[in-house]
Amino acid sequence: MNSRALAPAGPVAAPSGQGLWSLAWARFRRHRMALVGLAVLALVAGSAVLAPAITPYSPTALDPDHSLAAPSRQHLLGTDDLGRDEFSRVVYGGRVSLLVGLTAMLVGSAIGVVLGSVAGYAGGWVDTLVMRLVDLMLSFPAIFLLLILINWTGGRAPVLMMIAYLGLFGWTGLARIVRAEYLTLRAREFVEEARAMGARAPRIIFRHILPNAMAPILVQAAFAVAGAILAEAALDFLGFGLPPDIPTWGNLLTQAEDYITNNPVLAVAPGIVITLTVVAVFFVGDALRDALDVRTR
Amino acid sequence: MGSYIAKRAIQAGALLLLVSLVAYAIMNLAPGGPLAVYLHNPQVTPERIDLLRHQLGLDRPWYVQYAAWLRGLLGGHWGDSYYTGRPVLEMIAERLPATITLMLSAFVLAMALAFPIGVLAATHKYSWGDNVLSFGSFFVWAMPAFWFGLMLQMTFAVRWHLLPVAGMHEIGDTSAGDLLRHLLMPAAVLGVGSVASWSRYLRSGMLEVLGQDYVRTAFAKGLPRRRVLNRHVLRNSLIPIVTIMGLDLSVLFSGAVITESIFGWPGLGRLFLAALNNRDYPLQMAGLMISAALLIFGNLLADLTYAALDPRIRYG
Repeated sequence: MNSRALAPAGPVAAPSGQGLWSLAWARFRRHRMALVGLAVLALVAGSAVLAPAITPYSPTALDPDHSLAAPSRQHLLGTDDLGRDEFSRVVYGGRVSLLVGLTAMLVGSAIGVVLGSVAGYAGGWVDTLVMRLVDLMLSFPAIFLLLILINWTGGRAPVLMMIAYLGLFGWTGLARIVRAEYLTLRAREFVEEARAMGARAPRIIFRHILPNAMAPILVQAAFAVAGAILAEAALDFLGFGLPPDIPTWGNLLTQAEDYITNNPVLAVAPGIVITLTVVAVFFVGDALRDALDVRTR
Repeated sequence: MGSYIAKRAIQAGALLLLVSLVAYAIMNLAPGGPLAVYLHNPQVTPERIDLLRHQLGLDRPWYVQYAAWLRGLLGGHWGDSYYTGRPVLEMIAERLPATITLMLSAFVLAMALAFPIGVLAATHKYSWGDNVLSFGSFFVWAMPAFWFGLMLQMTFAVRWHLLPVAGMHEIGDTSAGDLLRHLLMPAAVLGVGSVASWSRYLRSGMLEVLGQDYVRTAFAKGLPRRRVLNRHVLRNSLIPIVTIMGLDLSVLFSGAVITESIFGWPGLGRLFLAALNNRDYPLQMAGLMISAALLIFGNLLADLTYAALDPRIRYG
């Protein structure tokens, strides 16, 4: 239990002496669907990491003689219009889609945690400023602004830009939650104690209070990954996502649109993979909320 | 109440103004500016670009441009499209009915489905039906909307030939029946997310009210179950739903962009996408402002209805 070192006087340790995390795991395990969700995520993430080892073909290898082939032993999910193996493309697409989803969540969470915690801890005009910024962000219809920003640079977003944009639009919810958490935590004795011992604000904010605010942050982060994956796929579909030569789940679906009569598998498979992945994240997030005892808002 | 409405309306107006300022700045910060498309076109000489820039007023400082644009916006002249040269407002007015039809149908469809589903789920808590429904709503939220649209097209239009694949009318056919057939799939795609979220909110709202003392009293008085559910429970669980519905106005509008592009629906969403591809800045600005207005006034509407529905809520 090393969180003791992080939060010297925090109420992190459970009264029974059992660690918070093992208690949480015990509660988490009761949600059967969340366990299934974890297994699905492990499968999707595992195959994305091991993509070169488990795919029989390169996702970009062309084979025009066998274009739009139906699923077979050679091509589990058939081939696309250029004869590329769809199974390999779905697996490699998972690499990009998961990477974008996870990193966009990290960027958004970093912004949300820093702004939310500073606002909640400092209060006063800092708090007002940050919260008005949140209000302004929420007054923008995100998809319209995203499309305009992406269109700045010619209508397609390179991977890093996509991550930055999705992160930039994905911090407001977390900032509000973290701020509310800090508003209550900053009045607790262990904060008082740390201040009395001469700790400076940054240390109190990030070393003392943050570990105690981790539960709602984790839950929110889980849902943020799902949101980022879906947003990226939708942008791909509208033609403002990642460049079309990068296999992402969204791009695969978009390209399949023209062949729903010839080879419906192309449109069915990536959609099922996205849906299952996001549902799995939802179930895990939901169980996490229960296990970590986060109030629903 | 009157002064509260006035205060909130002024706040909403101020917020909208701020949004327009930021949006205008973003638009003007675009690398190369609105004429960037022409910079790489050998057919267009630098002199011609300068002339265009002058004609469009782009050689003035940005705040002068913004002031002129804002005056036009308030005065009903939203500028002319860079692409077609026609007034933006006219182009929007042309497309607006299609989008409103689509949004309204999705809204009505969502209400018609979400209410019975929510009530049934709450009155049969933890039954297998309730479990299937909560499971189902997770799936609906997880499904990319355009994929759902694609699957519907594949099944009902391509395979079974029951519904038209896309568009709003058969050529030359303006009957309501034809419109309805074209409307069914787009409305389902646009509304399905709201069905899931509204029914969930209604369920949890009703469960909360069902646990209240006054509901127990009503049952104890011997009132018929139906009457208690309708008059006591449902009425009191409507308040959170109304808020969600107000917030969903802008969600539906954003969703319309995707839905219209799946089904070739001739509405504002596709107009906006075309404006992006054509670098048609006045039209882009108009689309952004309409969606921001819907978002801000949807929130306002939600708060006001909230106050109207619940006599306990009184704003000063």
